[in-house]
Amino acid sequence: MSTVRLAFTPAPVHVRTARLVGVAVARRAGVAEELLDEVRLAIGEACTRAVALHRQYGLSDLVTVEMSDEEQYTVRVIDRAPIEAGLGIAALPPDELTNEWLPGDQLAVGVGFALLAGFVDDLQVRPVDEGIGTVVRMVWPVDR
Amino acid sequence: MELSLATRTIAEHTVLEVGGEVDVYTAPRLRERLVELIDGGAPHVIVDLNRVDFLDSTGLGVLVGAHKKLRNTGRTFALACDKEPLLKIFRITALDQVFPLYPSVKAATEATGPQA
Repeated sequence: MSTVRLAFTPAPVHVRTARLVGVAVARRAGVAEELLDEVRLAIGEACTRAVALHRQYGLSDLVTVEMSDEEQYTVRVIDRAPIEAGLGIAALPPDELTNEWLPGDQLAVGVGFALLAGFVDDLQVRPVDEGIGTVVRMVWPVDR
Repeated sequence: MELSLATRTIAEHTVLEVGGEVDVYTAPRLRERLVELIDGGAPHVIVDLNRVDFLDSTGLGVLVGAHKKLRNTGRTFALACDKEPLLKIFRITALDQVFPLYPSVKAATEATGPQA
């Protein structure tokens, strides 16, 4: 097993870096080529959500991304925002995404969650083990 | 790849060609350009996504905002996109039922605007 850990200041410009690293590690771990676009999108969405939460709460803590390739490729994106905000991403039912009166920001959050759920079969959102924050855990199969 | 934006006009259609990556970092630039076009009075706007390599929820939110703004003022908005990875994003979010989506700019100009 090997692990790559990336931590970045919660700024939009760094989300692209996280996507690039996440895909590079996925490729090396043996994730199928046809899944890499989905890995890239999902890591990007999870990091975008974390950055948005940190900025919303004025937190300067780093956003952490952990990538490990034990038996599967597992990515954990960890934020330090209050838990009620972290779990709030599930508050928007998919059928409300097309509601024409939905404000833009709320729509982007709802769409982001829809993309995560749509692209990641094994997705888990839960509180961090210690302290304040949320872990978005995503798992993809690897070919060995 | 960085975001690229280029505008051209085909009859009464304003075509915004987007290239590169549209994400949480670059989407504000796309929003600014669309607002300029809409506030400038463009009657029919087509966003060509066929050179986009990456599109996330932030970019989708910008496109939805432009669509709403144009529709509310009696104008039209359409997307040109023939790339399967992007089309899958529209299907998963059900936004393929919201946007007029065409495979090419030519198809979009024929289907929208004054001649449609």
